[in-house]
Amino acid sequence: MLGKLGWSVIPFDQPIPLFVGAVVLVVILGVIAWVIVAGHFPYLWREWITSVDHKRIGVMYTLLAMVMLLRGFSDAIMMRAQQAIAYHSNGYLPPEHFNQIFSAHGTIMIFFVGMPFVIGLMNLVVPLQLGVRDVAFPTLNSVGFWLTATGALLVNISLVVGEFARTGWLPYPPLSELTYSPGVGVDYYLWSLEISGVGTLVAGINLVTTVLKLRTKGMTYLRMPMFCWTTLASNLLIVAAFPILTATLAMLILDRNFGFHFFTNEAGGNVMMFMNLIWAWGHPEVYILVLPAFGIFSEVVSTFSCKPLFGYRSMVLATMAICLISFMVWLHHFFTMGAGPDVNAIFGIASMIIAVPTGVKIYNWLFTMYGGRIRFATPMMWSIGFMVTFIIGGLTGVLVAVPPADFLLHNSLFLVAHFHNVIIGGVLFGAFAGYNYWFPKAFGFRLHEGLGKAAFWFWLSGFYFAFMPLYALGFLGMTRRMQHYDVAQWRPWLIAAAFGAILILIGIIFQVAQLVVSIRRRAELRDRTGDPWDGRSLEWATASPPPAFNFAISPNVTGVDAYWAIKAHAKQQDLEKREPDYADIEMPRNSPTGFVCAFFATVMGFALIWHIWWMVAVGGVGAFATFVAFAWRDHDEYVIPAAEVARIDRAIIAERRALLGLAGSP
Amino acid sequence: MNIFDPQGPIAAADKTILIDSIAIMLAIVLPTIVAIFAFAFWFRQSNPRAVYRPDWAYSGRIELVVWSIPALTIILLGGVAWIGSHQLDPATRVEGTGSPVRVQVVSLDWKWLFIYPDQRIATINALTVPVGAPLTLELTSASVMNVFFVPQLGSMIYTMNGMITPLNLRADQEGNYQGLSAHFSGDGFPDMLFDVHVISPLAFPDWVANTARSGQALNRDSYNKLAQQSIEATKTSYRLEDPELFGKIATRQIPPGPGPQLTTNPAKPAAGVGNAR
Amino acid sequence: MVDATIAYPHSDPHHLRGMEALGIAHSGPASKRIATGYGFWIFILSDMVMFSAFFATYAVLLGQTAGGPSGRELFDLRNVAIETAFLLASSFTCGLASIAADTRSTIWFQLGLAVTCVFGLGFLTIEGREFASLVARGAGPTRSAFLSAFFTLVGCHGLHVSAGILWLLTMMAQVFAKGFRPDILRRILCFALFWHALDIIWIAVFTVVYLIGSAA
Repeated sequence: MLGKLGWSVIPFDQPIPLFVGAVVLVVILGVIAWVIVAGHFPYLWREWITSVDHKRIGVMYTLLAMVMLLRGFSDAIMMRAQQAIAYHSNGYLPPEHFNQIFSAHGTIMIFFVGMPFVIGLMNLVVPLQLGVRDVAFPTLNSVGFWLTATGALLVNISLVVGEFARTGWLPYPPLSELTYSPGVGVDYYLWSLEISGVGTLVAGINLVTTVLKLRTKGMTYLRMPMFCWTTLASNLLIVAAFPILTATLAMLILDRNFGFHFFTNEAGGNVMMFMNLIWAWGHPEVYILVLPAFGIFSEVVSTFSCKPLFGYRSMVLATMAICLISFMVWLHHFFTMGAGPDVNAIFGIASMIIAVPTGVKIYNWLFTMYGGRIRFATPMMWSIGFMVTFIIGGLTGVLVAVPPADFLLHNSLFLVAHFHNVIIGGVLFGAFAGYNYWFPKAFGFRLHEGLGKAAFWFWLSGFYFAFMPLYALGFLGMTRRMQHYDVAQWRPWLIAAAFGAILILIGIIFQVAQLVVSIRRRAELRDRTGDPWDGRSLEWATASPPPAFNFAISPNVTGVDAYWAIKAHAKQQDLEKREPDYADIEMPRNSPTGFVCAFFATVMGFALIWHIWWMVAVGGVGAFATFVAFAWRDHDEYVIPAAEVARIDRAIIAERRALLGLAGSP
Repeated sequence: MNIFDPQGPIAAADKTILIDSIAIMLAIVLPTIVAIFAFAFWFRQSNPRAVYRPDWAYSGRIELVVWSIPALTIILLGGVAWIGSHQLDPATRVEGTGSPVRVQVVSLDWKWLFIYPDQRIATINALTVPVGAPLTLELTSASVMNVFFVPQLGSMIYTMNGMITPLNLRADQEGNYQGLSAHFSGDGFPDMLFDVHVISPLAFPDWVANTARSGQALNRDSYNKLAQQSIEATKTSYRLEDPELFGKIATRQIPPGPGPQLTTNPAKPAAGVGNAR
Repeated sequence: MVDATIAYPHSDPHHLRGMEALGIAHSGPASKRIATGYGFWIFILSDMVMFSAFFATYAVLLGQTAGGPSGRELFDLRNVAIETAFLLASSFTCGLASIAADTRSTIWFQLGLAVTCVFGLGFLTIEGREFASLVARGAGPTRSAFLSAFFTLVGCHGLHVSAGILWLLTMMAQVFAKGFRPDILRRILCFALFWHALDIIWIAVFTVVYLIGSAA
């Protein structure tokens, strides 16, 4: 009746996960109880949970990423503490716990922090930058978000019910096969990624279609802001790479659950095939994460230097080159498998070639600053921190792309330091820059500058303290994922790294404080212009937060940096005097499809993990029925009458005029 | 353990390539970092002496230069990678003094088995080799993947069940070095350490003779016992009774080992493995 | 909001020299029908990427029979030819149904889809019988890596056809209940794309799995 489920799966003998799980459960139940008692539930349901507005969905993605960042970081600090202690001793984490932690840390940080953060920002900003009212498929967008949340939920359920994988963030067989990992940990990993992978694919299709097919009048490809270009590249990669992940994980699922032999040691299975397949997805994945970050830096550096982006054409070319080449380098993740010198050298060189367009991007940001008038607001601080940090990460990356150097550094802490250098220094710094930059657009008030800068400095110094020692440890021959060790030389470096993790923790505390303080002081931080940074692209042309329909009148674009042009024009000829002709606007209606569908997906995923077959059927039928019910709906759009549009827009314009009269310039 | 203190030609060559590559890249990376700080500082909003060029966003010459700098660096490094990959291919024989020593390496669950087929002996967690002689290693795994790595001898390589990976090394200094597994393989992974004893070529035959005399016999049965997971503190040695043993492991005539299981088992599924298939 | 029909004040800072207006002037967002069809095409492409992963796996594992039967001993090309005929015929009737939808002819649309459904079910029946007989002869997916890859690739196509039939029945019910609404017409378009794409994948399955597989 309940498959493999029973009371014994709850780790009553392990105080740490049980306690953490209990606290989290109490907090979640408390929040839900408060929401219901205080009567906020109808608001949440109407305005957020069932919302198909790309801005709301973008915000929810970002929120999910930030909450999961806390979870992933607590794993990180536990690992750093363990390795700082575990010299000639077992430390405080037994192997089976330590192994789950590093697996969960990697999985969560990539799939449930990095991905939702960049997808959230793309969702929020891209339609605004393209001058349109929504993404191509608003309801699917909601489905995609909720499926991602389902994956995150399943990973966290594993904390209390059962266990998580202890096979690393990529479950290499044969260790992850049923013979060697009989528990449900790997199943949790597989099913949560299969489900969230569908969500990511949906988001990818949606954003590709949006960029290619929904652009406002005059927004030709070469007039798109750089963030739209990198969004396009990143989502093309999602569409082309995530199906490979789905297929690969499906094969492992078949191996584990039905005795197939794709990657087993028996009956002709081939583990090398898993490594090839998983990295054929895995390497593009790196660029899926970092390309949007490159786009954010392009926007931020240009805005805060008060100049157009230098070398726009080169940037477009570099972005698309990275998009293409990223599919041709996967083998550099296993040079030490003995593939032979020709293969190794070719993939090594191909990997280095990616460094060329990436280097060009760095120089283009550098020359964007040249001749600028740089304002060091928080987003710009993150961007400069990124440029310096990312170059170092690029250097070490190219280094491990040289096969003989990789023969010494593969799987060492040097490698760990390298990918944290590019993922923290690239993706996360980019996400934080974007968060600080677009927060006023999403909510209508800015984030506190002082606390933001404090967070930046602690993060930056914490990063260097935490990861430079890992480079040194790699040179000292320390390999990754060691629960304990007895080499005296390693210890001081590991203690330094743990200190770095504490600095990062302080940085995170400052970020939380920044959010809390900013919400409390939102009146004084309010942005009434809709354009708090003197921006250049169309998202700043509308109010903060934008009305549901984004733009009362679809903008007509005649060049790059569309909003900069509008402002320059307005300065010359005073503000637009003519009243536009407002028309009715059709907007998609809210729909609970995404939420309900994700509910059934959660049920089904959980049931599949625990082999509760009747529940699998319930989940499957429920999800299908949800879609049919959605398809049966008679009105999928509602109309905002022209009068209402005019009322909202006039209020916005009036406010801006008043401000302009006060300040003299827009 | 320090890879900057190599004790053999492979490690030394790997290290040279590593340092050369860093140097080549630092030549452009350092100026770039300096330029980032310089530009950011000079063009700060509060600097009245900096010239503001609000529309300057294109310069064909600069773009040519910014494409060429990384491209030229990569061409140089690509050459290093191509030549290095071929010279330091793990399958290429290494020159040396004295006759080559053949060692067959099996990664077992949380220990290393070294089989000397020519000397008809085998050891656990201790690799003894003569100084200066070419070492020809063939590697496989009894169950899950591992990586054979002696940082001071260079070039690590994967061990995989059902497959043989080749590796050629040489040790140039007598002494004791540490080897380890560089690929996670379960609970006992951090204890998968082994010692490398590099001894004089004169002492090597004596060591072989001693080992052959004192050891227990290694055959299919004793191998199957070894294949059970354990963390070995003692460095047992064996007389090799079945010289074809390695081939049988690598071709799966001896089935894969039971593999790593949890050392502790807190959250066991109620119905267990039986239900899974 | 302000209208921005104005030139950039300092014309062309990026020296794009008219390149940015490539081709025709961009006239604004595409219609819903175009965007939907386009998005669905992208989904189909991603689906084909997934199939290509299974094809690659099959190619790698083709020789890994682990002492068990190979494709030459197992495949019955006559059966496969009938399956192919069923699927191609179903694509033809699906095309007829699309035309019927374009001319808003409910009867012909329902008839076309019903015949498509029958062909699809026929295909699935033959495939199911083939699978059952293989398992009965001890050549199930757990026998060898080659058979795992075979069952997964062909089975994945079969699952797609099953999902397609479920979708087809839903569309018949929708047209019956709601008629040819614009959103339903868009769904019919997507369904037709899906069904034809399954044919293309089947051609690849036929070639790679059955023809090359029985030669190997």
